[in-house]
Amino acid sequence: MTKLHIKTILNSEPVEFLCEPVETLLDALRDRLNLTGTKEGCATGDCGACSVLLNRRLVPSCLVLAAEIDGQDVLTIEGIAQGETLHPIQQKLLEHAALQCGICTPGFVVSAKALLDQNPNPTEEEARYWLAGNLCRCTGYDKIIRAVMDAAESMRSDETQ
Amino acid sequence: MATIYFVSGLERYTGGVESLSVDAPRVRELMETVTEHFPALREPLEFMSIAVDGEIHQHPDYLKLSPDSEVYLVPRISGG
Amino acid sequence: MSGERVFKYVGTRPIRHDGLDKVTGRANYGADFTLPGLLHGYVLRSPHAHARIMSIDTSAADAMPGVKAVITGADIPKTTGVVLLGKEGRYDLGDMGDNLLAHDTALYEGHAVAAVAATSVEIARNAAERIIVHYENLSPVLTVDQALAPGATILHDGLVTKGQPLPDAPTRTNVAMRTELRRGDVDKGFAESDIIVERQFTTPMVHQGYIEPHACVARYGEDGQILVWTSTQGQFIVRDCCAGILGVDAATIKVIPSEIGGGFGGKIPVYLEPVAIALSRKAHRPVKIVMSRDDVFRASGPTSGTKVRMKIGVKQNGTIVAASGSLYYEAGAYPGSPAGAGAMCALAAYKIPHFVIEAYDIVVNRPKVAAYRAPGSPSSTFATESILDEIANRLEIDPIDFRLKNAMMEGDQAPYGPKYGPIGLKQVLESAKNHPHWKAPLGPNQGRGVACGFWFNAGLSSSATVSLSGDGSATVVTGNPDIGGTRVAQALMVSEELDIPIERVRPTVADTDSIGYSDLTGGSRVCYATGMAVIKAAQDVRDQLLARAAKIWDVGVDKVTWDNGCAVPLEPSADRTSLTLRQLAEQMPHTGGPIIGRASVSAPMAGPAFAVNMCDIEVDKETGVSRVVRYTAIQDVGKAVHPSFVEGQMQGGAAQGIGWALNEEYLYSPDGVMQNAGFLDYRMPVASDLPMIDTVLIEVGNPLHPYGVRGVGEVPIVPPLAAVANAMNDATGIRFTDLPLSPPRVLKALLRN
Repeated sequence: MTKLHIKTILNSEPVEFLCEPVETLLDALRDRLNLTGTKEGCATGDCGACSVLLNRRLVPSCLVLAAEIDGQDVLTIEGIAQGETLHPIQQKLLEHAALQCGICTPGFVVSAKALLDQNPNPTEEEARYWLAGNLCRCTGYDKIIRAVMDAAESMRSDETQ
Repeated sequence: MATIYFVSGLERYTGGVESLSVDAPRVRELMETVTEHFPALREPLEFMSIAVDGEIHQHPDYLKLSPDSEVYLVPRISGG
Repeated sequence: MSGERVFKYVGTRPIRHDGLDKVTGRANYGADFTLPGLLHGYVLRSPHAHARIMSIDTSAADAMPGVKAVITGADIPKTTGVVLLGKEGRYDLGDMGDNLLAHDTALYEGHAVAAVAATSVEIARNAAERIIVHYENLSPVLTVDQALAPGATILHDGLVTKGQPLPDAPTRTNVAMRTELRRGDVDKGFAESDIIVERQFTTPMVHQGYIEPHACVARYGEDGQILVWTSTQGQFIVRDCCAGILGVDAATIKVIPSEIGGGFGGKIPVYLEPVAIALSRKAHRPVKIVMSRDDVFRASGPTSGTKVRMKIGVKQNGTIVAASGSLYYEAGAYPGSPAGAGAMCALAAYKIPHFVIEAYDIVVNRPKVAAYRAPGSPSSTFATESILDEIANRLEIDPIDFRLKNAMMEGDQAPYGPKYGPIGLKQVLESAKNHPHWKAPLGPNQGRGVACGFWFNAGLSSSATVSLSGDGSATVVTGNPDIGGTRVAQALMVSEELDIPIERVRPTVADTDSIGYSDLTGGSRVCYATGMAVIKAAQDVRDQLLARAAKIWDVGVDKVTWDNGCAVPLEPSADRTSLTLRQLAEQMPHTGGPIIGRASVSAPMAGPAFAVNMCDIEVDKETGVSRVVRYTAIQDVGKAVHPSFVEGQMQGGAAQGIGWALNEEYLYSPDGVMQNAGFLDYRMPVASDLPMIDTVLIEVGNPLHPYGVRGVGEVPIVPPLAAVANAMNDATGIRFTDLPLSPPRVLKALLRN
């Protein structure tokens, strides 16, 4: 099969690569572009470990074809921190010890960022329902939700300063 | 004399004997005496850990026994 | 013990050292590793639950462009070795080897029968689909009832019931083992009872549900040297199992543990590594194999589905007098369920003078079960705690008071023989009783349940080294993959012993070449046993520092002591005041060279853990859907080295137990094909299913550990099954004995009543 030539903006940088027509975005990120921060947990869109933002929209990259990102804008976990500065979500997850094995953490960071971009002041229930697409087997979600709520508050108070 | 207790169904291998006191310096010598007395215990022993004075040990052969040590045989379990 | 000592670092909550890598996606897990020339492996699996393999024709696969190696069971000859985890876990390598690549018979749907290595996963999969396997179908047995029925298909000819078989047991059998625990005279005990409740319970086969599928990379060198990168709970176990299964010297194998995306016991056995090594040997290139989620469900190691009959007799005043039980646990395709542990745990919390419990390990045509967090205990405890709840209701006694009345204490004899050392059962029950949750008002259609749980906690062997740098920083190296924050806990212990700030201690998890033998991460043992080794290694460093100070001051070593991070002379003088650790570290080259502290331990079992959970559940009576609205977990944790991560264990275990109680189960077609091998239909709890999970940490020090540490990771999953079911009973008046309490089942029961 002839490979497709894809040009995209990935984590704010112009990127080009070749891929098979049937290849998923997840596989292209991990195997073509060596961005292994996005994880495969199920390949059927059920676990959220492969979450990325496509044109600022939260998607499971295992259900997006690599070909679909031609000319589009993609943000992965590798693009969330800004230089030396962690995103507040990342910082709060660390402070709240909201990760144990850490495999779901990149997916949660991306999903939570999408939540707070859209709704800077979520209730606990809103946060839980938004994040229901991200499976975690280690934490029982308690500390993750606390961390996300804490990050939201910290981001709101940074805004007002 | 360390005392080993045969409880929880192990009495069937000892003909009903529920305990045995043995003058043994270490677990190894104790178990040698025990299996001499009760050869039927040899096989089930492969699936058991040994508790000495409340501590369950995985490699107890050379563990020293005190004159009033209490020894139990405990079915093997594993964690996850 | 832990109450006397005042800790400076232990008990604080620093950010874990590996945390940055994990929140930025930099941490490397099993599937994140690559080597030059890498090939991709794909495993072909049996579509039949039980079938003789008559022939395998790989010629079409061999011929495909891009295919570099194809193997079947013939490439990994059968072995008879055994790997022992002390006397605690025993892994039959013959079974493990046959499980990861079948020789004669496919024993479950998903059983591996062949594997292909090719230049891409696509090519490997296409090639595997061209392999022609001739199966002769055999009738499967899928449940313990089917396996025990007269005339049942026998999975293993020559299987003999080990342990304590019944005298009249049939010679051809699917019962791999029977164990029995007995005390006193149960007939007498029941005769003395005023209330007797007897019920039968079932719990489904469930999966540990780790989000990271099994993955490894293996390279076989032509000089016989083997490199393995893998996601595992025990790199030394991987090494020893691969050596035994492949018939090579363990010294030729180096296993590098990746970061691990969850395990819970399911990543103790090996499934892929020997296959990847064998493919690499044939292809002369490294091979990576990653399980799909489908493979994980069908072909790794879920835990036993069970049938448990339990009968408990109690006097009118609430004293438990007698108990009897029969536990039937699915082993899957090869022997090895945790039925025996289930029997030992079922009655571990209560003083019962007369009991008899028998436990059966039964093979069925399902995947070979693996350990799952306190293996055996949740299912048997579900039975005990449900019956006790029923009895408390009948006696109109508060369920916590009822348990307190009968609770085991230090010095009482455990059901499996030895006496308990210091334990915190009464304390956790008192804490529950006084917790605001217990008295909080309930809303409409809500009910409350409480249950206890017990787990032994492992000991086993661990090694540790602590090395000092010239600038006074330290590294601590152990051999235990970090599943839940143990690395930072180990750094805290080094900080505590040497008074070095936590940021100047670097904890590392090493490969099999770089640290002494260490048993697995699991069994709630790392903080306890590996922690012991770390503390001893740090103390070794301290002793060496004292010797160096003595040399500098030209005094005997007995004239120097350690105080507040410094060596201090017992007889100070103008030029002999004190030397900080940093000053001593700087002098290392002059005083004898590098300082390396080392220790290895073979620890006895850690000292048991008891927990109590309280659950409030709300049931929608029209749909059968239930929601946990409040949850509290209380546990005796010995000494919490890093309290946040201890809380995390309690919350995570509770969530798994809630999932097991409410929704999770393996669903099979009548011919033994799993129907729900994905996260959509294998329904684990998501964030919107759960409330915050409150935790209370009780610290009754474990005298076996210098800080009083007790294993904490496993017992959290034990109480939830009954806590949820008891809450459902309170909400609906219905005693549910069959898990999961999924909406269709609950609705059916509600409509029946």
